[in-house]
Amino acid sequence: MNQSERLDRTFAALTDPSRRAILARLEREEQGATVSDLAKPLPIKMPAVMKHLDVLDGAGLITRTKEGRVVTVRLAPRPMREAMAWLRRYERFWTASLDRLTALAEARETELRKAGK
Amino acid sequence: MTSLTLVRRIRARPSVLFDLLVTAEGIAQWWGPDAGPVLMAQSDPRVGGRYRLRFRTLGGIECETTGEFLEVTRHERVRMTWRWVDDADESLIAMTLRPIPDGTELTFTQSRLPDEATARGHEKGWNGSLDKLEAAVALVG
Repeated sequence: MNQSERLDRTFAALTDPSRRAILARLEREEQGATVSDLAKPLPIKMPAVMKHLDVLDGAGLITRTKEGRVVTVRLAPRPMREAMAWLRRYERFWTASLDRLTALAEARETELRKAGK
Repeated sequence: MTSLTLVRRIRARPSVLFDLLVTAEGIAQWWGPDAGPVLMAQSDPRVGGRYRLRFRTLGGIECETTGEFLEVTRHERVRMTWRWVDDADESLIAMTLRPIPDGTELTFTQSRLPDEATARGHEKGWNGSLDKLEAAVALVG
């Protein structure tokens, strides 16, 4: 997978609120969390949780390790960092640009209205 | 598809905004990462026409962006390709104008990633990044 495809997967994985909730939880749990711990606060059933974990795993956002019957889930932050770096870069660029566009357009509109147009 | 969307409500009519979005004189006044000077601006706003913009950042770095207009619907919508001239990977930019009672709602979207985009960005760590991500994809200003 090239970087563009990886980023697409990351963003797709982040579109779902349950998956974001799982990631936000894992962000706080350095030692990782078990699947049942993750499922507890969520308003969805275990099979749905497992599906979400598959998607997050496929995007490389988590790792799963099995010891005996317990599966521990941990965050794998690299894809997220890549996605954030892209967003930050362009968000900064376009936010600054749109700020200037807004000021410019509003000034022109004011002039037009003063001229009675 | 990976994308960045920014929405602005602007107190100006769509026709005022549209000119600023597509004309060389308009683009030159607002595109760029900071208030550094625009060195060159060209634009041929029709389907298949190209634009080019060269600017210098306040930090002294010169950059040039270029692309092709894919859609030019007067006072409503512009779609264009966008890339840094020294970089092969293109993004798509769409800007849609919707009239609202006291002006225009502008929806700006950049999508389809350049591969190199994040190569040099390994900035902060993970903390709080989800919040920022949500802020970035749903920013309403």
